[in-house]
Amino acid sequence: MDRSLFGFIIRYSKRDQLMIVPLVVLSMVVYYASLDLPKTIINEAIQGARFKDADTASFFGLQLGRIEYLLALSMVFLALIVLNGWLKFRINTMKGWMGERMLRRLRYALYDYILRFPLAKFRRVKAAEMATMIKDEVEPLGGFIGEALITPLFLGGQALTAMFFILYQHWVLGLIALAVVGIQAVVIPKLRKRLLVLGRERQLTARALAGRIAETVDGAAEIHANATSNYERAEISARLGKIFRIRFEFYQRKFLIKFLNNFLSQVTPFLFYTVGGYLVIMGRLDIGALVAVIAAYKDLPTPVKELIDWDQQRLDVEVKYQQVVEQFADEQVAPPEFQAPADMPQLARGGKLRASNLSLADESGTRVDNVSFEAGIDQHVAVVGRPGSGASELTQLIARLVPPTGGSLELAGIDLKRAPESVTGRCIGYVGSPAYLFPARVRDNVLYGLKHRPVRAAPSAEGERAAFDVREAERTGNSTLDISAEWIDYEAAGCSGPEDIEKRIVELLQVVDLEETIFELGLRSRAQKHAGKDVAEQLLAARESMRQRLEKLGIKDWVEHWHPSHYNRNATLAENLLFGTPVGRTFDVDNLAANSYMRRVLRETALDELLLRTGHKVAETMVELFSGLPPGHEFFGQYSFINQDDLPQFEAILKRAGEVGLKQLSEAERNSLVGLTFPLSAARHRLGLIDENFEARVLEARRHFAETLPEELHGAVEFFDPAGYNSAATLQDNILFGKIVTGQAGAVERITQLVRELADELGLRTMVVRNGLDFQVGVGGARLTQPDRQKVAIVRALLKRPVLLVLEQAAAVLDAASQARVVDGVLKERKGQAVVWALSREEFAQRFHVVLVMERGRLVEKGAFAELKRKTG
Amino acid sequence: MSLEQEVELIRQFPIFAKIQPAMQKLLCFSSERLTFAPGQVIVKAGDIGDAAFIVIEGEVEISVPTPSGPIVVNTAGRNAIIGEIAIFGDVPRTATATAKSAVETLKISKELFTKIIRENPDAALELIRILAARLANTTAQLSRTVSGTKS
Repeated sequence: MDRSLFGFIIRYSKRDQLMIVPLVVLSMVVYYASLDLPKTIINEAIQGARFKDADTASFFGLQLGRIEYLLALSMVFLALIVLNGWLKFRINTMKGWMGERMLRRLRYALYDYILRFPLAKFRRVKAAEMATMIKDEVEPLGGFIGEALITPLFLGGQALTAMFFILYQHWVLGLIALAVVGIQAVVIPKLRKRLLVLGRERQLTARALAGRIAETVDGAAEIHANATSNYERAEISARLGKIFRIRFEFYQRKFLIKFLNNFLSQVTPFLFYTVGGYLVIMGRLDIGALVAVIAAYKDLPTPVKELIDWDQQRLDVEVKYQQVVEQFADEQVAPPEFQAPADMPQLARGGKLRASNLSLADESGTRVDNVSFEAGIDQHVAVVGRPGSGASELTQLIARLVPPTGGSLELAGIDLKRAPESVTGRCIGYVGSPAYLFPARVRDNVLYGLKHRPVRAAPSAEGERAAFDVREAERTGNSTLDISAEWIDYEAAGCSGPEDIEKRIVELLQVVDLEETIFELGLRSRAQKHAGKDVAEQLLAARESMRQRLEKLGIKDWVEHWHPSHYNRNATLAENLLFGTPVGRTFDVDNLAANSYMRRVLRETALDELLLRTGHKVAETMVELFSGLPPGHEFFGQYSFINQDDLPQFEAILKRAGEVGLKQLSEAERNSLVGLTFPLSAARHRLGLIDENFEARVLEARRHFAETLPEELHGAVEFFDPAGYNSAATLQDNILFGKIVTGQAGAVERITQLVRELADELGLRTMVVRNGLDFQVGVGGARLTQPDRQKVAIVRALLKRPVLLVLEQAAAVLDAASQARVVDGVLKERKGQAVVWALSREEFAQRFHVVLVMERGRLVEKGAFAELKRKTG
Repeated sequence: MSLEQEVELIRQFPIFAKIQPAMQKLLCFSSERLTFAPGQVIVKAGDIGDAAFIVIEGEVEISVPTPSGPIVVNTAGRNAIIGEIAIFGDVPRTATATAKSAVETLKISKELFTKIIRENPDAALELIRILAARLANTTAQLSRTVSGTKS
């Protein structure tokens, strides 16, 4: 990457820049003509210089009278203005395009650097700062690159044209203009120097701020654990204060300069009127020329000022560019060829994994020291050693995540030291600790290891749009690989297609003991939109079986089913009113009281008064029960309908209601009270507020709600239908179709157990597990437990069937029993295929063919577990 | 049964009789009403105790596990308290309680129970009285058993 911005600009946009030049030159000619023409209009048409001797004048061969002549000249003037405007429009658009293209190129190039960074570099860089640089800091570069060459040419040309024009009219006026422009060009940049420094400081502090905020987010747990939130507040406050001081000074200077500029450009016409007027009176200058000079001067300060601006901006963005490029350019980045998509070479059969004198040294010393060993690619190798023994580093070397500083490494005839990533990434599977999961579905995460390059073009890849995208990508040095193409290499996984690979994934889930968890997630999530009709049918059949099963076991009253004309006493009032699952936030229980449609329904069924009275009673009870508790008591979170912080507010509402009556309360107060009733469950809360009359009224409102639901809200709720599948509810809720009764001891455990048994009996397991694969794992996989994240990562590595599977403490976070199951499962799955596993528990080494014992970076022992055991006892 | 009725009910217990009405109400409100089917185990000997149960309705059998199988030591009925020893003694459940008929209970969590005892000396005294009575009862039983084996 070019170290200087102009090098970068010229290298990549020379052609585009040159294409604009003719337009700029043409616009100068037009501009000069539009300056000169008014003089002719004033002198010859208006003042009639041409009509002193004749009644007509010739205009392009036509004989015109004085008025016609004036009109004709004015028309030409108009045409020139239009032409000039059009040229400017073209130039600006082309500049914009060019700038955007260059920005795209720059951003892509920087991102490309990140992908090629050596892993060690990620210990030194902050993710948020990288993101700010690519996203925000290079943004002004794009704007500038469009201007980089064209603007000085255009503005300089314009200023020179105007200058030349004024000088040509009269040398005195010309000198005045020249003097003012000179002051502008010399004094202002001096004043601006400080601005530049400030701008740079501002950039650095803002970048550090972004980094700091990211640190706060990452270290949130530490902040709470150490009660350092106030320290962090002070930190950020100091930073913001610094940014403010920089900006404060920045603005002061900026507007002083602006004032000076304005003053200079406005004082010049004053000189023109006095000096020029004097010259006209003395007859040494004609009036037309003076008017033209004033008009021309009007255009002079602007380009000069903009030129100065341009120069400042140049300095500024050059510094910015250098700062950013310095951060990214690293001697150690992998060359681009290293990552180019390539075919997989044929591996030698019966080859070996062979390390000779393998070494790794970094800034903190020698990590791996002259390690040599050999193992068949059908063998399982355990690496054992304490933390710091070099066991982890050795596995990272073998996985080729870190390039060795010495020695050689060979896998089945491939020199791993030199092999490109497209080869190593496919023939080696690696699971680290902790493994990273992308914030996508479980399925996407396990398929991630198969996306090396597009294997089939997207069906809709043809067409003009696609051609345009590819052309632009090529022009800006971006990747032309199609993201919407099929990237999943089913063949590499030994599968024929999407259906086949699903089966394979489920098999592998069982290998790592994860299938049950995914099954559980599947039951507790809703089916995906694309789930077929058969899913709905299966769930409805399961619902019926569940009902029969409960009846057979004599526990049918352990689940209170949804019934359109019954009030469900185990459900909340909100659920009873909606009689459906809210989709999105519209009918969320927290928003219900303020929802205008719900309010209308309550009003029209006269339920609002009843709910208001009920809410009032709830508030009274809550205030009575909870106001005696000390602040922060856990009961607030567990039992109260009212937040501790809101309690005083409700006390005030109750007081007002006591004084003026419920009817006189404000709308907001009434909503607050009504809102208290929605989470009320008759069976659970036992407040005695929901009687038969109340239930009947709610059922009426429920009907009214469904009947008059406006078209645009149909998507916001999915109603319960005893004979229909509810796509907004979880699979489990679809099977149960009701509420497990509260107050029945052991009901929740028993019923959830029954649902699971039933799903198995009815053959729904595969469907449910697949649904679980659609579970979104969250940022960094945070919605899964850490052991489960590791398991997903192991499935990801197994699925691509690598020649060599490398695991670095991959199961260490699991408890001993599950770790044993996972090790056994993986080794069984990899029978006859190479595995290298850095273990945290030595006793598992017994299951491996070869054991490597590391100590202080050296391989101190190797051999079968039994042999080593004999030797060392 | 609504909250008001539950409050009426727990007022009959000497432990809760003298605490403030608001506290009685809070006690009922934050306690779970649990129904056990005949044969269902309410508390199991050896488990960690996190709650006590007030029997509202039904009959409960108290048994202790012995190497030769469980021995029924007592039955409890309406208005009995079960499981308070594990709460205050920080020991595992000493006996198993099984529902003989359909049993209705109020489940009082450990935190709540402790809070009430801590804030109400009357309730604490009452608890001591109950425990003392039980100790006397056990001692009597023990001495009967010992003298029984001697003879």
